[in-house]
Formats: sequence, C-alpha cells, structure tokens
Amino acid sequence: MRLRVRFSKTGKVRFVGHRDVARIWERSLRKASLSVAYSEGFSPRPKLSFGLALSTGYESNAEYLEIELLEPADDSIWGVVEAEAMCARIDASLPAGFDVMAVAPADRRADSLQQAVTSCTWEILVDPAGADEVAAGVESLLSRNEIVVERERKGKVVTEDIRHQVLALDVTGETDDGVRLTADLGTQPRALRPDEMLAAMDPPLLARSVCRMNQWMSQGDDRIEPLSVDAAPAPLAKVRA
Amino acid sequence: MSSLWPELERVLGEVQKPARYIGCEDGMIIPEHRPDKAAWLLIYPDTYEVGLPNQGLQILYEIINERPDAVAERSYAPWTDMAGVLRRTGLPLFSVDTHRAAGEFDILAFNLSSELVYTNLLECLDLSGVPLHTAGRRPEDPLVIIGGHCAYNPEPLADFIDAAVLGDGEEVASEISEVVAAWKASGRTSRDGILRELARIEGVYVPSMYEAEFDGDRLISLTPRLPGIPEVVEKRTVADLATWPYPKNQLVPLTEVVHDRLNVEVFRGCTRGCRFCQAGMITRPVRERPADQVRTMVTEGLRRTGYDEVALTSLSTADFSGIEKVVATAVADDVCGQVSVSLPSLRVDAFTVGIAAEIQKARRTGLTFAPEAGSWRLRQVINKMINEEDLYGAVGSAFSQGWRRAKLYFLTGLPTETDEDTLAILELARKCIDVGREHHRSPSVTISLGGFVPKPFTPFQWFGQNTETELRRKIGLLRDGLRSGGKTFNGVKLKWHDARASVVEGLFSRGDRRLGAVIEDVWRNGGVFQEWSEHFDVSLWENALARNGLSLDWYVYRHRTHDEVLPWDHLSAGLHKDFLWQDWRDALDEVGLEDCRWTPCYDCGACTGYGIEHIVASAVPPAGGSQGTGQGPGNNAVPVSLSTGPRVPAGAGS
Repeated sequence: MRLRVRFSKTGKVRFVGHRDVARIWERSLRKASLSVAYSEGFSPRPKLSFGLALSTGYESNAEYLEIELLEPADDSIWGVVEAEAMCARIDASLPAGFDVMAVAPADRRADSLQQAVTSCTWEILVDPAGADEVAAGVESLLSRNEIVVERERKGKVVTEDIRHQVLALDVTGETDDGVRLTADLGTQPRALRPDEMLAAMDPPLLARSVCRMNQWMSQGDDRIEPLSVDAAPAPLAKVRA
Repeated sequence: MSSLWPELERVLGEVQKPARYIGCEDGMIIPEHRPDKAAWLLIYPDTYEVGLPNQGLQILYEIINERPDAVAERSYAPWTDMAGVLRRTGLPLFSVDTHRAAGEFDILAFNLSSELVYTNLLECLDLSGVPLHTAGRRPEDPLVIIGGHCAYNPEPLADFIDAAVLGDGEEVASEISEVVAAWKASGRTSRDGILRELARIEGVYVPSMYEAEFDGDRLISLTPRLPGIPEVVEKRTVADLATWPYPKNQLVPLTEVVHDRLNVEVFRGCTRGCRFCQAGMITRPVRERPADQVRTMVTEGLRRTGYDEVALTSLSTADFSGIEKVVATAVADDVCGQVSVSLPSLRVDAFTVGIAAEIQKARRTGLTFAPEAGSWRLRQVINKMINEEDLYGAVGSAFSQGWRRAKLYFLTGLPTETDEDTLAILELARKCIDVGREHHRSPSVTISLGGFVPKPFTPFQWFGQNTETELRRKIGLLRDGLRSGGKTFNGVKLKWHDARASVVEGLFSRGDRRLGAVIEDVWRNGGVFQEWSEHFDVSLWENALARNGLSLDWYVYRHRTHDEVLPWDHLSAGLHKDFLWQDWRDALDEVGLEDCRWTPCYDCGACTGYGIEHIVASAVPPAGGSQGTGQGPGNNAVPVSLSTGPRVPAGAGS
C-alpha cells in the first residue's frame, strides 16, 4: 500500500536541507523495519516521494511524503489502531526535531502532492520594526496590481509578476521578539517563498523565522489539506499567547 | 556559561551548508558541565563532513563522557564563510553539541591526521580567543592538546600546543581527565604546574618542557629542561581491542559526510612492513577484535543507525583472521534490508576480490588496488611484495565478476626509483586492460599517482624527498608515455596528486620547531584549508619560508645521515632506531622482510618494549595471500602467541 505521512520539522534541524531530509527518511524507515518497496535496477532506492521542498532554514508543521510499502499489501485492514501504531513506530525512528503528525493510506492514482498542492499558509516572524510600520507595508503590497521581481530559475535570472501568488497577507500578532505575519502563498506553477515576498515589500523585511503551517489542495471552491491534524500545536504558538 | 545558539541561529542563514553547525546527530551526547569535571572540546580541524566520521574522535567522545570526572563535546573547523561571520559578529568558535564557546572548555584537543591542516589549528585557536602561543597563555586559558598520527612529530607545532599525545587514546584520555579535573577543582592555579603533571603521564609530550639546541641549521639535542620530565616519551598502546568496543553509539549525522556508513574497526596495527607506510609502523602490534564482537558491533550498529552500508576498517582488512566468515554473517544478518559491506583497504589478490564480490552485491562499479610501485624491483625496495600474477589475478577476478573499472594506486618519488620503474606503471596498467578485455569490451583502469612523502618512524625517514620538479617530471613521463602510446593504452587513465602539496606535507612531516613561524606566517596571510585544492597556495608557504630564512632543500630534499639527531628522536613509537636503519639498508639492497604476525619476531621493538604481543586468531596467513610475507603455505610453524583464552565480555552495543 501507499502511505501518506505528514510530519513537522522544527528547531535546530530546520537548517537541514531537502536532500538530507530524504536521506534521513531512508535511514529512519530502515530503523523502523518497515517493509518499504525498492526500485528495480542497478542501484535500488526505496520508493519514497516527497511533496514540495522546504527552503533550508524554514520550520514546518506540514511536510509530506508518501511511502510505498510491501506490507501491508493493501489498506483493507487499515484503521485507527494501525494508524496510531504506524505513527508511533516511525516517529520513534526519526531524529529529534522531526515528528510524525499523521499517517493515512494514499491513493496511487491521485496526482502527486507537488501537482495537487496549490497554496501554503506560512507564519513569518519579522524583526521588531513596529507593528504599524509592518501593517503599512502589507497594505501597500496588497494594493499593488503587479509585483515584478527578479527570480532565479534554473540558474537564470528572470522577471516575474508574483502578485497573483500572494493570496492573503495579514499582521497577526506582535511580541517582544517581533511582528508575526500570516501569509497564504501560491505554489503553482512554482512556489513563492516568503523571503521573496518580504524582499519585494517597501521597505523590504527580513524574516527571523518562517514556519509552514499548512499545505492546501483545491477541492471545488474549497481547500483541503492532504492530511489534516486536529489541533496541531504550532511552534509559534507560544508567540501567539 | 550558556549556549550561543540564539546568536548563531540568526546568522546561520548566511552560510553555506548550515547543517554543519547544528549538531543534533543521532548518538550526540548533551553532557552536564560541572566545576569538578574536566571539559574537553574535541576538535577536528577540517570541515564537518570530513571530521564527523573520524573514529578516533568518536571513541574519545564516548569514553570521556562515560567518566564521572569529565565531559566532552565536539567542534570542527568552520568553513571560510562561517569564520568570516564569526569574526564580523564577534562570536567565538563553539561546540556543535550545546553550542558552548570553545574558550569555556578546559582542554581543546585536536585530532591531526594531515600536515596541511596545521594552519586550521591556528585558525581555530584564534576563533576561540585563545592566545596562539603556549608562552602567552594564562591559567584561565584552555590547554591545547593534539593527537593523531601527526603527533608523532609535533615539533613544528611546539609553539602552539601545550601537549601532544602519542598513540592510542583510550586509556590516556582518562589519565589526562583525572589530572585536569583535579587542577580545575583546585581553582586552576599555575599553568606550569599542570603542564608538569601532564608531562609525567606516559604518552604525553609537553614541548615547552624541552630545550631544542641547534648548531646552525643542525639540531643537536632535544632534552628536558627539568628533572622528572622523561627524556624519551613513549607512545601508548591498547593491549587488547576487545576491552574497547567503541564507538558503541556511532554518530549518525543529519547531513551527508564522507564515509557516511557504519564503521567497525576490526583490528589495529599492521605488520606487512611496507616501508613507506607510517601507519603500519607506528600502530604495531596487530590487535584483532574478536570475531564475535565484530559481528555484534555490526548487527547492533546497523539496527541502531539505519545505515545500509557497513565498512570493516583497519589497515589491509583482508588480513583479519577468518574475514570470509565475518563478512558472510554480516551480509546474512541484514536486519535493515539490503546491507552492503565495504572493505576500504583491499589486498591485491584474487582471494580478496572474491570476498569483495561476496559482499558488494549491488553498486559494483569500481575496485581499488594499491601495488604502490610499477616494477618488482621497486616493490622489493618498499617491501610491498605483490607479484604481477597477484595483480592480474585480482584484476581478472574483478572484471570477471562484474566490475568495469579498476583503480591502481601508485607512489612516485620512492627511494632508488628510476625512470624504468616509473614507466613500468604504464605497462602494468596496459596488461590489466588486456586482462579486462577477456571479460569486457571496454574495461577501464585508472592510475592514481601520489608523490611519496617520507615520514618519521619509518625506514624511509632518512630519505631526501624528490623535488617538486622531479615529481612533476615523473608525472610528465607517464603522461607523455600514455599520449605517445596511442591505442596501446586505450582505457588507461592517469590522475595525480599535486606535487606542490606533497612538498608542503614533506616540510612538516619531518620538520622541527623553527617551522612554527612558517605556519603562523601562512595563517596570518590567509592560508587556511590548505588541504583543499581550491584554497591551497604554495606561494604562501614559499614566501613564509623565505621570510624566516628556511629552505625546502634543508627540510625536504636533503638525505639525512645516520648520526643526525632527528626532531622526533626524543619520542618513541616503540621501534628501535637500529631496526629502522637496518630496514632502510635492506630496502636499498632490495631485500624484503616477512610479516612477523605469522613468522618469527625480528624485534622491531613495538611488542618487546611494551610487554605486549600480537593478538591474531589465525596462526597462518590468509588463503591465497602470501603477499608481503614471502612465505609459502608449507611454512606454518609460527611462534605467534595466540589469544585463545577467555576474553573480556564484548559488551558491544550495550
């Protein structure tokens, strides 16, 4: 069966890059003694597919991967008990800083997560510059019809309008550590990164920390998460309090 | 006394590969620092990726942290971008475990395995805020200690280090901890006092307690300044590896490092007697780990780490008694799915390749062999007694079992080497291709050529290294031969080590304490990470030598005489100087020497001097491999003492 896993990446390990995270997963699944399917060929690799890459340095409460398992062969015996056991088993094998939040069987015929996800919700902490100032910057950004930026794409610098990818942006809190923004940013055809958006603001802002809170897929007029977690504790929750 | 993490976290976004600096490895220890515990910072003065896998450092990390009177954390040389950020922000070098400032530790202990990292040691001291010179340090400054193979000639670093530790660190680390913990608990009064105490520990050399006397350029003597300081510092040797099943919890890094796999040391020491090989000379005698313990360490290690590859490490690993059985069980017990076993140090014979075929089921790309010299004559000189049939057997076996590439390691610049010897390398490679053609249409053989650097405590320590020009000429000889040979050498490729780097290695390998000024000069002119070709700059070294009135001719290219005082004569790896000199004469006479683990003792001194002996489970050389022993299968009357008695329980992984 194919298993979809939602996991978080918080704390010091936020500085571990995407490729290294993949390698950590391969090792952790071997530690957990899961019967992962391997590719055929000269150098077989475990069949894992990851969703959208997360920039090195960002935290996340909504990372996804899918694992092709030999056992159980299908999800006919799958239930709450199996899901909880699987969660615990994988979580125990992961290094500190990575935590399994939910697992569920996945449909092999569905689009890959990279294709299916259309936007992400981010929490961004920017250096204390004054909430009013930040709010003014947000308002000014949202009032623009186009936001043309230079982005690097496959080694080349291209100019792109990113306005349509800023779906929502709000000041959602202020503490001694800084001002918190919450942003919904589009991911198609290419994900807009929070720091790209902050750099386009006037004056440009610098993030102290960034955390991906959700990934969203479109379903009719609604949006749903690939795997939802009830009352997921956010790493920035303490800031909110 | 707190973590620098909040400050570091703010700047890590600015540097390449920030995962180098976060720690968080599986197996990491968060120790509890206390005023009565000696705090060690174990530093590998190269990048995290190179340093993290170092087994010596990981062994000490565990042993020290198991003690009630000591703690240990780790650090690695920050890459140049990070060093820049630290200087700009005023942050010091830090441990990766708890991100504590280096200056808050009692001991900065450097593991030195290459001469080219010496300037990185200075860089780390400077970033730690520790005075560079021993003479300038106060009681509150950390003690600076070095270990590793370079510690066998620490003289070039005499200005900067408080102590050098010779040999195996397992036991001596504890003795140092005791002394330093007591010194710390008593309020760290006199620095002189603690240095004197350290100098009394066997295996510990305190350069500042010794006077080096020169007559012009010539070193006349190196003697203790004070009574009670030993005239000769002996190396430390762990008698039985079975009592030290470390590392028990090998660190599993979150980011990719070199040798990213489980590593299990199967034996220490080697008595093949290759005359160019310092490791083989200074780590004697051979001490095998019991096969059961190896199996336990492999099985437990794979289960704990999730690695799918394990390397059995040692010098010439195929010499381990009963290697096939150990390998077979390791492969059979694949607790974590498909496990591959690698033997980083292969012997050149078909038998060895057979084992390799057994264990490398997947990813069969290339195999590496080290004949070291092109002609039989020269292989007799260096005592690497591989005959051509062994090599062709090995290569044929490899090509017939699915490998498509063979890599052959050679040294150039060896004693007595003629152009005929050098060119014989091409001939060997060509014949290997011929052997390969019997199995593949386009086999490939890569010649990898290194410049020979004479090392202390080897029979070649008196030999004048080939000049840079001469090394280049020899490399050119092969390159031209390959080119002009045209189709004859189809499939043969040539790679070589930078001859200029060999010269700088040679400078420090056998240098004396006057070279401290050169190291400092190069560092002050920005010369760090000299072991990285993108940073290596020979002109920095040449200019520094010139400014200090010193020359390569004197230190590197000159043959040394029998009566000459060598800068490491007051240190001892157990080897009698007479034995080394005789072996040097034998080399020049093209006379080989047998492997004493299976033949009578020739009293090199490494066993007899310390009251220890070989621990080898098999009384006979491994099947098919008489290499270097010069003996046939009939010659089995071997007076080697075997350890057949009960052993200390393994305890691996416990």
